[in-house]
Amino acid sequence: MNLALFIPEIALLATAAIVILLDLFIEQKRWLAQVSISGLVISGGVAIAMWGGSYPAIFNNMLAVDNFALFFKMLFLGVAFLVILSSTDYVSKFSRFQGEYYALVLLATLGMMLMAATTNLIAIYIALELTSISLYALVGFLKDSKSTEASLKYLLLGAIASAVLLYGMALVFGFTGKTQLSEIAQVLQALPQTTLLASPGLLLGVVLLVAGFGFKIAAVPFQMWVPDVYEGAPTPITAYLSVASKAAGFAIILRVFFSAFGIPVWLSQNWGLIFASLAVISMTIGNITAIPQTNIKRMLGYSSIAQAGYLMVGLAAMGMASGISILGQSGVLFFLTSYAFTNLGAFIAVIAISNKLDSDLIADYSGMGKRAPLLALALTLCLVSLIGMPPAAGFMAKFYIFNAAVQHGLLWLVIIAVINSVISAYYYLRVVKVMWLGETASAEKVPSSGALRLALLLCCLGVLLLGIIPGYAMGLAQFAANIFVY
Amino acid sequence: MVIGLQHYLILSAVLFSIGLYGVLAKRNAVIILMCVELMLNAVNITLVAFSRYVVPAMLTGQVFAIFVIVVAAAEVAVGLAIIFAIYRGLEDIDVSKINLLKW
Repeated sequence: MNLALFIPEIALLATAAIVILLDLFIEQKRWLAQVSISGLVISGGVAIAMWGGSYPAIFNNMLAVDNFALFFKMLFLGVAFLVILSSTDYVSKFSRFQGEYYALVLLATLGMMLMAATTNLIAIYIALELTSISLYALVGFLKDSKSTEASLKYLLLGAIASAVLLYGMALVFGFTGKTQLSEIAQVLQALPQTTLLASPGLLLGVVLLVAGFGFKIAAVPFQMWVPDVYEGAPTPITAYLSVASKAAGFAIILRVFFSAFGIPVWLSQNWGLIFASLAVISMTIGNITAIPQTNIKRMLGYSSIAQAGYLMVGLAAMGMASGISILGQSGVLFFLTSYAFTNLGAFIAVIAISNKLDSDLIADYSGMGKRAPLLALALTLCLVSLIGMPPAAGFMAKFYIFNAAVQHGLLWLVIIAVINSVISAYYYLRVVKVMWLGETASAEKVPSSGALRLALLLCCLGVLLLGIIPGYAMGLAQFAANIFVY
Repeated sequence: MVIGLQHYLILSAVLFSIGLYGVLAKRNAVIILMCVELMLNAVNITLVAFSRYVVPAMLTGQVFAIFVIVVAAAEVAVGLAIIFAIYRGLEDIDVSKINLLKW
């Protein structure tokens, strides 16, 4: 085994340890953010250098080092970079535990990187829990009553979800005798369809896996935690949860469902239909419940449920294609990238505004276009991208995913998704309207720090570049999704 | 009567369901955590039983169960810390009173 292939993860783990230790010794706490960022840069640099090569799996075939894993590693590291950049102001207000905050963000990122790479049920569970436990602690970091409440809800529901997921894994293991995804696929391939259908235990296992992973990606009906946790958590962590945790969930679903359950065509089309129906209810319930929200973090929470619905259209397309094309898979990867820039941008603007206002109510954003024109412009761009209007990234992302679904006979699903996009325009544009046309409560300017402005600028550039010249990023996504063909 | 795989599976399914019922019905946060533990241990029984009867030459299920136990311990540690933080603010751990965030 070649440990050199594990350097991105080792670098991240070492940085997390160094940050915790440094916190004990140094007075200048702003160095902690810089050390964390340098760790992310080293890890990301190695991951970029490894991109495009073909490497053997490491740790007894537990971790694959393929382009799919590397794509997600770069995505998670980029997201963590932006989140840490946008947390510096926020964290500097903490009297204690600044080092732990950064270390937990790094450890959660490490867990997500492992999630994208694992090819074994045991390792999947451990990577998932490493992510989840770090996030439970981060959600409760503020220690005020809302934050701890959000954290308790997240922990209890997350623990139930992981118990359900484990039960699913145990059933899949029991009926195939394997934990390695590719070996599970071999066993399933060898069995005739009648035998498989006669053992409902295995199918129950698959359904329980959908439920367990559905919690991670915030799909309806496993979405109950989302609005509460998004509202209560520290805003940078909400941004992180909404983007990275969701992306990690999709990474693991793509890998598990393709590698283990992709081969008998009838099985793959059946879970394709499960994801199609989850997509319909996630989009519809997410969008309709977002309409009456008055708190912007809560509204973005419901919107992220709806976005998970759009993403699942891609999963449904992948199930229907059953390995003959990578349209659905590469569409999901591109959507996740564009969603990462878009949602992070929206949350970073919210962080900047709420630093000044100390409020997350949409009504308080009134007249923000005059008080902070650049912030309001950036937030408008991100909301337009969430609706899926050109020239923002969200348009191309939806275009690719809906195209994949139409190509694989899911026209009905795309029609529902487009109707939902129209509904979503109402509540996104309401914020835009309040910001630009509302009366200003006070003429005071809204200041923002350099780090926050840099993070927001990077997000907006990402949104615009992915929207105007999507070809390059789409090429990367297709290259990464190439592991998903037979 | 010979105790076979199906008995273990029924036992674990029943334990899992009792745990799930407790999670849904109980109000005390610590008891909810205990019920989650019950669900996880039901899964451990399934894993070990499957391992013993399906792949007796390998220890896959047992190893999986050990990992589950370790991770569950970590999860409970964080969970109890959070419950402690709630108790300090609210002087109560009744989950129906933890209701600042809704709709």
